[in-house]
Amino acid sequence: MKNKRYLAGPYLFWSVSFVVIPLLVIVYYAFTSDEGGFTLVNLAEITTPENLKALGISLLLSFVSTVVCLLLAYPLAMILSSKNMNQSSFIVLIFILPMWMNFLLRTMAWQTLLEKTGVINSVLNFLHLPSLEIINTPYAIVLGMVYNFLPFMVLPIYNVLIKIDKDVVNAARDLGANPVQTFLKITLPLSVPGVISGITMVFVPALTTFVISDLLGGGKILLIGNVIEQSFKQNSNWHVGSGLSLVLMVFIIASMALVAKYDKGEEGSML
Amino acid sequence: MSNKLIDFVNITKSYGTQTVLDDLNLYIRENEFLTLLGPSGCGKTTTLRILGGFENPDSGHVIFEGKDITNLPPNKRQLNTVFQKYALFTHMTIAENIAFGLKIKNKSKQYIHDKIKYALKLVNLDGFENRMPESLSGGQQQRIAIARAIVNEPKVLLLDEPLGALDLKMRQDMQYELIRLKNELGITFIYVTHDQEEALTMSDTIVVMNQGYIQQIGTPEKIYNEPENAFVADFIGESNILPGLMLEDRLVKILGIPFPCVDEGFGRNKPVDVVIRPEDIDLLKPGEGSIDGVVTHLIFKGVHYEMEVMANNYEWLVHSTDMFPVGTEVSIHVDPFDIQIMNKPESEDEEAVNIEE
Repeated sequence: MKNKRYLAGPYLFWSVSFVVIPLLVIVYYAFTSDEGGFTLVNLAEITTPENLKALGISLLLSFVSTVVCLLLAYPLAMILSSKNMNQSSFIVLIFILPMWMNFLLRTMAWQTLLEKTGVINSVLNFLHLPSLEIINTPYAIVLGMVYNFLPFMVLPIYNVLIKIDKDVVNAARDLGANPVQTFLKITLPLSVPGVISGITMVFVPALTTFVISDLLGGGKILLIGNVIEQSFKQNSNWHVGSGLSLVLMVFIIASMALVAKYDKGEEGSML
Repeated sequence: MSNKLIDFVNITKSYGTQTVLDDLNLYIRENEFLTLLGPSGCGKTTTLRILGGFENPDSGHVIFEGKDITNLPPNKRQLNTVFQKYALFTHMTIAENIAFGLKIKNKSKQYIHDKIKYALKLVNLDGFENRMPESLSGGQQQRIAIARAIVNEPKVLLLDEPLGALDLKMRQDMQYELIRLKNELGITFIYVTHDQEEALTMSDTIVVMNQGYIQQIGTPEKIYNEPENAFVADFIGESNILPGLMLEDRLVKILGIPFPCVDEGFGRNKPVDVVIRPEDIDLLKPGEGSIDGVVTHLIFKGVHYEMEVMANNYEWLVHSTDMFPVGTEVSIHVDPFDIQIMNKPESEDEEAVNIEE
């Protein structure tokens, strides 16, 4: 038993060096001024109108993206889980194949597709159809978020659905429930854990992203991620950047806690 | 017991290239406890699932009370199923599980409450209303599954190997429980199992199936005592199955020795299969019976001794409450009415003969 503890050594070293210490450094920067004294000014930066707006837009767009992902992913996961093993693993493969391509490249591809003189508009022009002007708008950002994060919603829901015993669904039908009733009363409640982890896995990266808004928003729409990026890179103000990061972290922790609480409540009622 | 409640007409079902049911014809009477018995893959569960509405036959019809229900979805059928692995709704309490079907039918709160009480009492689980399914033992969960089905007052209860996951003692208790339930409810039970003991204990009628064909339909006594072919004889209980030659009516030659029997109508010098149950063989002193032999194995089984007797190059399986040590010279005697003569299958495939009712 004692020897096994040493096996955790490398991980411990890793997490202390690259997780705990950097986090402490961020906390240090967040609570200190350029002169090195203690201050809350950096945290208060979030209350400036521009930053509040960025946070608001970030929350809104990630919320919308999460909802869109959920609406797209659930039916897809249902279809996948109802197929037999060979078919579904092939479809799942097709589905996660884009994930093997670099994230940046995928987003840049959308930029090329959506540009005013991009691929989609060229085709539309050729067909004498009105051109699509969504590049550099929130719609393009939501599109980018949905495209990039959709698999993270599909997989957890698929995993939960596939574990639901077919006979449980059959039992509901047997007891008189029609397909809609069966879905609402049996399949949906039983898949809640998968939905919750899908929401977490889409909402959190969507809230913190700055690459998608950079490439598809054309720098016109600032998300909180962009604000943080700018304070580090353009303004070289590590203190404000750290302060804002910390505030965002609080938001994420709060939303995770909310989800976890709901999740536990679900499981509690299952026991 | 005379009305045809359910009628399977020319049901065929295959999965890919594998034919699971081949032109199955079967009727089920009202208030019958009918068991579909057979090894795995014999088509018994498929038959049940077609009746429940979870599978569609490739061809043929299912008639219920004179109406064709072949294409009716499960929720429109007046029957309920108890599934093999219980299939309880794990996110609901026991009361909610039992109430599920009644709530769908918009029954009143008071009616549902009374029904839950009644059903829990019927399966001896009073007071379990607010428990969650996962906190119950396998046997309790199975009884809840039964309660959940019967509150809907189905005309037929389908049970798909419901005792398969339970231990031996629990299984035996549940067999009596099911017979009691059947008598109290006065409805038709259709029961699927591969366990011959379960089938013999509970059924009014047993349907023995193999490879998608019905092998024999009959009462437990008839199936056990008068198997129609070697498969049935072998599957139900233990038996000595020997090749024989029907010399004439009431006389069969087994291992070169003529035995008087009670069967007629097979013709002269016709090859047949002969079944002799191990408990029907009497061991006498050498020279007193039909064939002399030597005891080669002896095992104590509790109720009886199981012995193997080597006689005329055949190992006879013998059950007896008398003990004969290994090496004892004995003589085998079988009463004429304990010899069951069966037609020989004409080919290997014919092992699964399609017997018309």
